[in-house]
Amino acid sequence: MARRNTSRGPLDYGKSPWLIGFGILVFVLLYAPIVQLIAFSFNDSRRNIVWQGFTTKYYKVAWENVALVEAFTNSIAIAVMCTIFATIIGTATALWLWRFRFPFKAAAEGVMALPIVIPEICMGIAVLVMYSRVGGWMRTFESGPIHWWNELFSIWPLNLAAITAAHIAFAFPFVAVVVRARLAGFNRELEEASKDLGASEWQTFVNVVLPFMKPGIIAGALLAFTLSLDDFVITFFTAGPETNTFPVKVYSLVRRGVSPDINAASTVLIVITLVATVIAMRLQQQPDKSKG
Amino acid sequence: MQPIVSIQNVTKRYPGVIAVDNVSFDIMPNEFFALLGPSGCGKTTLLRMIAGLETGGEGGILIDGQNMAGVPANRRPVNMVFQSYAVFPHMTVRDNVAYGLKVTGTPSAEVGPRVEEALEMVQMGAMADRKPDQLSGGQRQRVALARALVKRPKVLLLDEPLSALDAKLREHMQLELARLQQAIGITFIIVTHDQDEALSMADRIAVMEKGQVRQIAGPEELYEKPKSRFVADFIGKINLIDAEVSGASKAGLACAAKGLGKVTVPFDGKASGKVSLAVRPEKLDLLARAPASKTNISLKGEIRDVAYYGDVSNVFVTCADGLELQVNVQNDRAVDGLLEKGRAVWLSWHPEDTLVLTQ
Repeated sequence: MARRNTSRGPLDYGKSPWLIGFGILVFVLLYAPIVQLIAFSFNDSRRNIVWQGFTTKYYKVAWENVALVEAFTNSIAIAVMCTIFATIIGTATALWLWRFRFPFKAAAEGVMALPIVIPEICMGIAVLVMYSRVGGWMRTFESGPIHWWNELFSIWPLNLAAITAAHIAFAFPFVAVVVRARLAGFNRELEEASKDLGASEWQTFVNVVLPFMKPGIIAGALLAFTLSLDDFVITFFTAGPETNTFPVKVYSLVRRGVSPDINAASTVLIVITLVATVIAMRLQQQPDKSKG
Repeated sequence: MQPIVSIQNVTKRYPGVIAVDNVSFDIMPNEFFALLGPSGCGKTTLLRMIAGLETGGEGGILIDGQNMAGVPANRRPVNMVFQSYAVFPHMTVRDNVAYGLKVTGTPSAEVGPRVEEALEMVQMGAMADRKPDQLSGGQRQRVALARALVKRPKVLLLDEPLSALDAKLREHMQLELARLQQAIGITFIIVTHDQDEALSMADRIAVMEKGQVRQIAGPEELYEKPKSRFVADFIGKINLIDAEVSGASKAGLACAAKGLGKVTVPFDGKASGKVSLAVRPEKLDLLARAPASKTNISLKGEIRDVAYYGDVSNVFVTCADGLELQVNVQNDRAVDGLLEKGRAVWLSWHPEDTLVLTQ
């Protein structure tokens, strides 16, 4: 035993049985609930406590649950819209903070990062208070020429605009932080070289700066998508009576007991998230693979 | 002949510093011109002003007779090789070289052949499909060079192009750059802080200090006839001896020099008061005993240090009055057993080899 101990260096952690055991424990604690969730979506039992046998019928049950499917499509629609807008706004913010010098820049950078650190519950309440004010203000126009506005916003997916706007507001700083970090490593001589070779400001941005930012933008977009998809607190405060998202719907369902169709719907969500991640990672590697 | 680049009273101020201070000179077509000076002397700022990357200066810059005031970097007939090479990391070597042609709308039938030609010129044709991260520093520099040359600029600007290469490769690239410049016959302006680089490559060198040009001359004149203490000291090694002028005659300038006493050195200008006598280390002879020649300037000293470089040694000799002189000696049989610390030796040189520096 003494010999084995002396032959082990400080970085030979792969050889320590304690560390290996601890590593396995961490993985089990992280993934056991998810594995169990997926496994029990195939459980042939209504109460879903004891394993009764394999079935896929609860995927059908979940599919036929109109309210659940509606909440699910709402969630995906909100996440997609949130990703698009948060990525554009976040990238623009990062560029603005990287490119320009202006008074109170440090303060602006701090304020921009605020939604990351503010407790979600505060954001939720703040947005709720604001929306109720705006709502009251809008109602005063109801008989006036702006009435079409309310009609328009009752059409899907525009009826989700309130939730989407709230999601964009808390997701875009994450995009900005990621893209800003990427830009910090940009060699300004690349930009100068592009202009020196005859490119205009816009050509330089499209051909040199944007490709450099791309990995940061993709990572930020992925972050925005996941943040929006699984958000509960802010959505709970901003969702109206007739709009629902998947997390909020599941919450209302589990109060009456967990049934396997919720497991099934959650499994579909996990698969969608995984596929989105894989696509994003592929996009990030593309420039090296297509021409390398 | 009309100068290809004309710098006229150019000044560039930054808050609290003057980077370039009222500089004027002309660069002729097909010249290999070097801007040489210590870091912070304004040489890079001046180069960037020619490229149009630095704006807001005073004075005029003319390229091929055209005033460049208000002309942005992307419309100037010059191209630059950057210190970091600035090769676009997400493009292949070929795309990097083609970039400058594509963004300016060169017909695509013309782009291919010109890119191939430029890559052949720097011997990178075989690596056209590689990405920059698969290239060595020297190869990346060749890409940067091809990318600039493919635009057929009137002037090629090089910002410390060799500073990131190792010593052996640097020497090789010096030779290659000089050959390339002769072969394609366009004007090169190179910025460097390395005097060897400037001396070995350039036709003419402008030595800069504190934003001002101290001297513009060919390499040989600059080395043999520096006009000031700064230039003499910056280009190569030199012994500077404080002296006081006591009179002038046909034979030259008579002065009382530190450690030498009364000496007369040839000088055809006007000088009075305090001056510096300058002599290059390789002009000095190191002798074991007093020299027979009466015409030479000679003095006795003691070896304090010997720096051995293989082919030559740099010997530091302490003389009377605390005067310290350095001598370059060839490491041949003549100095066998002579280069020992603490040994008494004689130094001797011809008065013609002494320069009188008044500023």
